[in-house]
Amino acid sequence: MGGALKQTLQTLRRIASGLSERTIVALIHLCGISAIVFVFGIFFFVFREGSPFLRDIFDFRSFFLSEEWHPTSVVNRRYGILALLAGTGSVTVMAMLVAIPFGLGTAVFLSQFCGRRTREALKIMVELLAAVPSVVWGFIGLMVMNPLIVRLTGAPIGLNVLNAGIVVGLMSAPIIVSIAEDAIRAVPDTYVEAAEALGATRWQLVYRVVLPAAKSGLLAAVLLGVGRAVGETMAVLMATGHSIHIPFTAEAPFFHPLESVRTLTATIAAELGEAPRLDTGPGGIFPVEARHYQSLFVIGMALFAITFLISVTADLIVKGIRRKA
Amino acid sequence: MRTMPNGSNRTARWVAPGRVRTRAAPLVLLVLATALTVGLAAAGCGGKPRAQAAKKFVIANGGSDTMVNLAQMWSEEYHKVNPNVSIEVAGGGSGVGIRDLIQGIVAIANCSRDMTEAEKAQARKNTGKDPVEWVVGYDGIAIYAHKDSPVEQLTIEELAGIYGEGGKIANWSQLGVNLKAADGSDKIVRVSRQNSSGTYAYFRENVLDKKDFKLGSKDMSGSKDVVELVSRTKCAIGYSGMGYATEGVKMIKLAAKNGDEGCVPSVENVAVGKYPLSRSLLLYTLGRPEGDVKAYLEWALSPAGQKIVKEAGYIPISAVPKNIEI
Repeated sequence: MGGALKQTLQTLRRIASGLSERTIVALIHLCGISAIVFVFGIFFFVFREGSPFLRDIFDFRSFFLSEEWHPTSVVNRRYGILALLAGTGSVTVMAMLVAIPFGLGTAVFLSQFCGRRTREALKIMVELLAAVPSVVWGFIGLMVMNPLIVRLTGAPIGLNVLNAGIVVGLMSAPIIVSIAEDAIRAVPDTYVEAAEALGATRWQLVYRVVLPAAKSGLLAAVLLGVGRAVGETMAVLMATGHSIHIPFTAEAPFFHPLESVRTLTATIAAELGEAPRLDTGPGGIFPVEARHYQSLFVIGMALFAITFLISVTADLIVKGIRRKA
Repeated sequence: MRTMPNGSNRTARWVAPGRVRTRAAPLVLLVLATALTVGLAAAGCGGKPRAQAAKKFVIANGGSDTMVNLAQMWSEEYHKVNPNVSIEVAGGGSGVGIRDLIQGIVAIANCSRDMTEAEKAQARKNTGKDPVEWVVGYDGIAIYAHKDSPVEQLTIEELAGIYGEGGKIANWSQLGVNLKAADGSDKIVRVSRQNSSGTYAYFRENVLDKKDFKLGSKDMSGSKDVVELVSRTKCAIGYSGMGYATEGVKMIKLAAKNGDEGCVPSVENVAVGKYPLSRSLLLYTLGRPEGDVKAYLEWALSPAGQKIVKEAGYIPISAVPKNIEI
């Protein structure tokens, strides 16, 4: 009796395990495909919303080469994003000035100079840094860095490229650390052993052997950091001053870190909520108020193109390493 | 040496089914738990309003950032008057309120500017109803400066020179004001609003004569953010609703013309039309409101509702004589 029960139970269990196996395979399949569906869905949506603008009034020169962003003007609506591009560019450059030394330095230290215990502890800390929400970083920029920059530099206002650059730099450093560390670890042990056998010091080993060997991985790490900095929204909205302004002057032709700017992402975030999504009016022509909403999606496309280029470049570089290894 | 791998292989094969099961079990559990949570959440979401609807009526009310404090105070007070009706308040800006009204998400839109013709047309097209406008109070747009700022008075023309496109005023010295940052710069730090705020539109229409803003202002997303940033920045100037004044800022006297005596937005100055930048606070509904929405609007316009307009820092409609147009 007991044996029969046991057997039935076992059969049942086998059927259940077979079922769950199939369900799980199907679920995982679905998850895998969903990523592709989402990416194409997003691209399609952004393109659909922005396409009337591209079709009717888009003009390369007045869109990309003018700094006049007056999308809600009553007298003359202008859609120039040059200042926004300059804002995104300058914040990204500033962020990389902070993140590359910090990120690569931490990666070298983690992989070459510290013991196992320190490394584990540090890695947890770096991961924690990556987990701080974007709006908290923005809050730090607004409340802590703003008065600090005013006090230290004497600038009239502390919401500027420097502030946003430091904040975004600290946000993208963790990505650079983890990818750069992987790249350094992927350097074959034989290289290190050969260098040590030749009597290289620790520093010579890092500088002459490990870093050159991990070069492309480090570049990929930096590029992914750049991608993060370009796409960052909430923190830059709060820390840049959100001001349409090209931060180049005759005296500082590169860029002036104490000028306020506005980025592409922050513009979308601040304006999309209130830009009306209107349908075509009589005659199938969109009312002029509908263009603001559409132009924000064209900015979205430009942003999509920039980050896509960066990720593809990073990806190609990483693939290059794998092939070599 | 040879038997070892064989033996371990056999053990591995024998263990395998069990291992698969133990690995699969948490996954299955996870999936089930997720499904259960989602299901419960959906049931909760679906059930709650229905349960509330039995005895409670919810009026969604959203829009103008200037009016969000007022709407909140109304909502709390009205709950005491009529506990069966709850008013949900959202901010976001006049544009958001109108958009949500058009889409039927809110029953009442708070607005610090008039609806445009395009928005009215869209509302008619989507809902088949005409938007109806209700004036519930008046507001003065105050010009704020840091509390230690030496600036006392400005004219509308000077404001247009500071904020307007093509305006020539960029430094405090041009206004005869000695106000410098620590690095010696006396640039005017202009604080403005994002380009679809009602306050922004009002300022553009009444100060800049419908022309555009000069680029390079710090564009804040909320009425409160403007005052907050001005209170932290010595060389700054900003505009926002008069209800948002804090300890850290002062209001600058404003004169309509050169040579006029300026004044700050106070209840009296706005009520008699002496202060140049005064506007109506509006509510929009789709068609003539009925039932609970109607009762709420009537209450808001009654002395009890208007008392709260005054408490929120704005001007009640009764304070303004009928013959003065704002």
